[in-house]
Amino acid sequence: MREDCSNLLLMTRVLLPDAGRPSITPPAERETRPAAAALRDSFSVGIALVPLGLAFGMVLTQSGLDWWWATVFTALIYAGSFEFLLIGLATAVTPLGTIALTAMLVNLRHVFYALSFPLHRVRGVRAKLYSTFAMTDEAYALTATAASRTWSGPRIVRLQLYLHLYWIVGGTVGALLGALIGDSVAGLDFALPALFTVMAIDAARERPDDVSGPACAFVAAVVAAVVAPGQMLPVAFALLTLALLIALGASRLRSRRA
Amino acid sequence: MPETPYLLAAVAVTVAVTWALRALPFVALAPLRESRTLHYLGLRMPTGVLVVLVVYCLRDVPYAANAWMAPAAALAVTAGLHLWRRNVLLSITAGTAVHVVLLNL
Repeated sequence: MREDCSNLLLMTRVLLPDAGRPSITPPAERETRPAAAALRDSFSVGIALVPLGLAFGMVLTQSGLDWWWATVFTALIYAGSFEFLLIGLATAVTPLGTIALTAMLVNLRHVFYALSFPLHRVRGVRAKLYSTFAMTDEAYALTATAASRTWSGPRIVRLQLYLHLYWIVGGTVGALLGALIGDSVAGLDFALPALFTVMAIDAARERPDDVSGPACAFVAAVVAAVVAPGQMLPVAFALLTLALLIALGASRLRSRRA
Repeated sequence: MPETPYLLAAVAVTVAVTWALRALPFVALAPLRESRTLHYLGLRMPTGVLVVLVVYCLRDVPYAANAWMAPAAALAVTAGLHLWRRNVLLSITAGTAVHVVLLNL
């Protein structure tokens, strides 16, 4: 999930440092008890994943979908922020092409995780397939730390599995709760814009020098919402990409002249 | 409400795109790593995409009858708390709680 959730979860890790993080784990422990070590590693992120999963499940059933779609979404898609977004896209019967484009742009950041994710330590085709499938922001954030350099393949895969389970259980329980309380509690759907706001602030913090990017994005979003309300996301993303490419072209021209 | 086949197709499309983004770079790492344009977009897109998504989520807020006040207050609380405390869970929970309370008053 949370979803650049990498910032989101890196932040969570900073806020909830795991005191027992085994930066000097003896090799013997790693070899014999990767499952127990992975469970400990997973707590810091799990404490954020479960409540977010609950909110996701509640919003899902409140939007009119059957509760078990929460299990399907969380188990099969496993990209938190986009799953939230997909509720609205799907209930509005958005064209599949728009869904694909939006999924690509929202999850594009994952392409860059491959540069440093320790997949070479994960052995076996099935384990590698699962490990790439479950390479969420959270999993990446946990395995990108200095402390994780000694983690074995089984320990990494186990960690990913536990994070996956937290998300599935949180989402499913939330969906059942949402079905139970029905529409009596309005306004829970603000969890999604709140999540994106937090992620945007964290992403902006990583690049404090970049003011024009977010400003362009805001203008692109408002223009798209006014000009093409039915196709707002693809239009806004296209305008944003175009603006960034023009900025890139301009800076390359400048550096060539300089 | 959407039909089950459409929902299954939406899930399948999302899984295919998301997994491809996560797995393909391991297969074809070199060209992607060398693409300076992609690298540039990867650095600058995330914040922008998230800003677009915030606007997208709030685009249907009505202007009339003070209905915009609950989301506006919730957005201010979320952003303010996050700038101040940097606690993801606190910012989201407090912002959503403000929204729920204001809507159910």
